[in-house]
Parts: sequence; C-alpha cells; structure tokens
Amino acid sequence: MSLYEWLLFFHVLAAFLFVVGLVAYGVLVLAGGGVAVRRALGPAAIGLWNAGGIGVLVLGIGLALEVDAYALWDGWILAAIVLWLVASAAAGPLGRGLRSGGAPPDAGRARLLLAVMALATTALLIDMIVKPGA
Amino acid sequence: MMVAAIRPDAWNLPLLVHVTGAMLLVASLGVVLALMAGSLRWGEHAEVLTGLAFRASLVGVLPAYVVMRAGAEWIASEAAWGEPAWIGIGFVTADGGLLLAIIATVLAWRAARRGAHGPAGAGRAVVGLSIVMLVAYAVAIWAMTAKPA
Repeated sequence: MSLYEWLLFFHVLAAFLFVVGLVAYGVLVLAGGGVAVRRALGPAAIGLWNAGGIGVLVLGIGLALEVDAYALWDGWILAAIVLWLVASAAAGPLGRGLRSGGAPPDAGRARLLLAVMALATTALLIDMIVKPGA
Repeated sequence: MMVAAIRPDAWNLPLLVHVTGAMLLVASLGVVLALMAGSLRWGEHAEVLTGLAFRASLVGVLPAYVVMRAGAEWIASEAAWGEPAWIGIGFVTADGGLLLAIIATVLAWRAARRGAHGPAGAGRAVVGLSIVMLVAYAVAIWAMTAKPA
C-alpha cells in the first residue's frame, strides 16, 4: 500500500470514530438513562470523539500535503477545518460536564450543542465527499 | 506525492448515502457494545442499559444497515466497477454483518427481557458479536479506501 492509501484509510477510520463519538453523545443527551448511561457511554463519547477528531484533522492535513491536486488553502479544505473547529467547540462543554462528573449542561443547552455538533459533522462529511472547487 | 482520483459528480449522492449509512451502522454498533458491556459490568444498572442497547440495535443498527446497503447498490450501479476484490470484501462483510446484526438484536431483546436480573449469556454474546462486526467493518473500510486488486 502506498502512503496515500495508508493516510486515506486511517483518515476515514478516524472519521468513523468521530461519528461513533457523536452518536454516543447523542444517546447521552437525548435518551436519558441518568447515571447508568453516563457511566457506560461517557468515556466512549469523550474518547472516540477526541481521538477521531484529532485523527481526522492530522491525517487530513497529511493527505492535503501528500496529494498534488490538493492544497491546504483550497476552499473545501479550509471549510472543513472551520467546520471541525465549530464541532469541537460545541463538544467542549458537553465533554467537560461528563468528565467532571458534576451537573451536565441543562437539557436545552445540551440539545443545542449536540445539534451544532451534528450539523457541523454532517456538513463536514458532505464537504469531504463533494469537495466543492477541487 | 500522489495525484488523487477524480470522481464523477454523479457518484457523490450515492456515495454520501453509502458512507452516512456505514458511519451510522458502526456508530450504533459501538453504542450497543458500550451499553451491553456496561450492563455486564454494573449489574445494578442492567435493566436500563440492556433496554437501551436493544433499542439502539433496533432503531440504530438495522436501519443504518439498510441505508448503507442501499447506498452500496446505488453507487455500484452508477459506477459499473464489475467485481474487483475490494467490492467482494464489501459485499461479504455487509451480507455476513446483516446476519450477525439480526442475531445480536434478538439476543439484545432477550437480554433486555431479563431486566434487573442482568443480561447474562445473551449480553456476553451481543458484546462478542458486536466486536466481530466492528472488526469486519474495519476490514471493509480498509478495502473501500485501499481498493486492493
């Protein structure tokens, strides 16, 4: 396998982990279940979202540097980085609430943060597939 | 340095459907795995966690599988790749995965019915099947990205 294929494989794998983290956050926020669900899903949500997010970003930059046709300043790559930052910023308060073991953000705010994470991640996926302007 | 393959625009929507379904499938499986493993570990929460694991399997894993598989058929018909090895790997993991997903959902239902008594063997089987499916889907992701042969 070439370096490009390895980078692409781990980039896509990281994207899957990112979405597992997102869905775990979704269950935590929307399904209720209290302490039991927080104990079972909290570490997975935080760990997979963070590991997947870092992997997507680092390996995505690696791909942009490796592939002749891409440049870091391409519009669709800059858009992806902005969407990644938006999703990460929204996840911060949710993750902090879970890590501290204290009171999570109130239900309305948690739903809003989750919606921002989900919309940014969906837009990121569309951007990666359509690659507008590439 | 590498020149990226250029994909026709007509493939974007079916690819988006396929990838979205696959991501939701893997995500739902991950949630089922974490919840069922949690119910085995913390017996005092077994009723809540097994019930939620069953619901995640029923309304997450199975519908996501349908979206992933429909997207796969759609893009395969658009692209007319024939039958290279990497598509074969995808179909084998997808079709085998469906059987395992159905079995895991039935077992999750049985575990949920045990309520506060804990998921017992059915729960352990769901955890095992989920791990097998996740490993198989990691292989499928490798096949879809590296496209061997």
